[in-house]
Amino acid sequence: MTEPLLHVEGLSKRFGGVVAADAVALAVPRGEFHAVIGPNGAGKTTLIGLLAGEISPQGGHIRFDGRDITRIPVHRRSRLGVARSFQITSLFPDFTALDNVALAVQAHSGHSFRLWKNARRDRALREPARTALAGVGLAARASVRVDKLSHGEQRQLEIAMALATQPQLLLLDEPMAGMGPEESARMVTMLRKLKGGVTILLIEHDMEAVFALADRVTVLVYGRVIANGEPAAIRADPVVREAYLGEQEARATELRRNG
Amino acid sequence: MKAAPALFGKAIAPSCLAPRTVLTVTLLVVLALVPIYAAFTGDPFALTLFTRVLIMAIAAVSLNLIMGYGGMASFGHAAYLGIGGYAVGILWKEGFASGFVQWSVAVGVSALFALVVGALSLRTRGVYFIMITLAFAQMVYYVAQGLDRYGGDDGLTIGQRSTFGGLVDLNNNTLFYYLCFALLLASVYLVSRLVNSRFGLALQGARSNERRMRAIGFPTFRYKLAAFVIAGVLCGLAGALLANHTNFISPAIMYWTRSGDLMVMVILGGLGSWFGPVIGAVLYLALEEALSRVTEYSGLVIGPVLLLAAIYLRGGIEGLFAGAGRD
Repeated sequence: MTEPLLHVEGLSKRFGGVVAADAVALAVPRGEFHAVIGPNGAGKTTLIGLLAGEISPQGGHIRFDGRDITRIPVHRRSRLGVARSFQITSLFPDFTALDNVALAVQAHSGHSFRLWKNARRDRALREPARTALAGVGLAARASVRVDKLSHGEQRQLEIAMALATQPQLLLLDEPMAGMGPEESARMVTMLRKLKGGVTILLIEHDMEAVFALADRVTVLVYGRVIANGEPAAIRADPVVREAYLGEQEARATELRRNG
Repeated sequence: MKAAPALFGKAIAPSCLAPRTVLTVTLLVVLALVPIYAAFTGDPFALTLFTRVLIMAIAAVSLNLIMGYGGMASFGHAAYLGIGGYAVGILWKEGFASGFVQWSVAVGVSALFALVVGALSLRTRGVYFIMITLAFAQMVYYVAQGLDRYGGDDGLTIGQRSTFGGLVDLNNNTLFYYLCFALLLASVYLVSRLVNSRFGLALQGARSNERRMRAIGFPTFRYKLAAFVIAGVLCGLAGALLANHTNFISPAIMYWTRSGDLMVMVILGGLGSWFGPVIGAVLYLALEEALSRVTEYSGLVIGPVLLLAAIYLRGGIEGLFAGAGRD
């Protein structure tokens, strides 16, 4: 049996008294669309941080493409083929959309100690960047400054930047966050197109999207994996239902209190 | 981000007559004509004042590279003026008058100092970065104060300007002025090329969103450090010029308020605009000079002016002339 592209074992992280990752185990084969769900505070974003290398774990191992990357810094993981998008849009607001993606291309085309030639006229950077923008439907917005783009467009640009690094593994941190139903639907269509190409690990609150897209689902509660399986099985799992039902009841109580 | 400015070699098109271009060209013409004005009026003071302006403008341009484009607010940039100046003074005192030797040492020691300061300070952020760069600069200041052989606190009068084996005679004040002018233009051009290169975009990306830069695969530290060293070298060169200009060097040249002056010039002129620091240096030093003739308390006027500029001119004077393009 071939080794999965991403193989996580015993991954642990505590922030003071809070356990954000409790011996998390995860195996994502190449080409799979894997979703991680869980109630608020389950440690989903921490998991992305650990996998991308922004947070270092207190225990456990992360293997990627056959090598241990547990102690490798963020920028080198990116070079190995791990890309991420951010839950809270994280772009270069004073650059144009094209500049943003071109930077991502530049990061993966050798070192940047090229001090003289105008990089904005460098076709080796601009052409792939345009292709990546077109891929997320932003071709017409290439020369617009990012802070002038709509929220939905910024979310699309998030994905374009991650894709422009030509990753093997794409970590998506709630790409639908803050989107209206129409924008969400467009994002689902876009992600479906990526399915089967790049391996994807998706964190998402939008259950409809998750069940529509994922090949397999992992459920995280209080930093611990409580279930793992195909979408249909997860949907029927009583343990999962309880975890979610619990949250929904809590939400209902909160709503009553506030309103 | 503004459109890439092309300072040289661009045909004059109607679009070049934007207010900003007019301001830039006017200022350059005025600066180019200063020695002629001085010769006609027989007033050497204008030449002296504006030589100083040009030199400080080079220092401000260098600070703008790291502060404006790299987001590194160094509060110790005057240290390089001191290092460059003392390289000239100390070597002269020890019998080396050759500019080739003096200026190479000025640039080399500045680079080394920037490498050390940068390697340590760039691991910190915000206020801590400001404090560390300030601390290093003050260290150099106190070292200079302790150099009794080179005048200590009183400073050192330098007996002759750097010699370049008959290539250029720095004793000719007009020639010296145009040398400073040429070096200023070269620094502005250098920075305008740098900031639009791959290196410059990596630098500006790190200023804008360092976390994202790492996530897309940039080892940001090394690019920031390289920019820090380039800025140090350029400012060290300005220090060598300054020592030649005044024939004198003292620790006061790198007192912390000097670093503050440089920051003010950059902010006043326009943070992160390639010509802004030149405007800032001219305006700040001219204002300071004019006010010092009228009142002892020039700070009482300069202070509020800076305050207003900080509140209302986010892009500095340069941004004002650029129109509504910046916000």
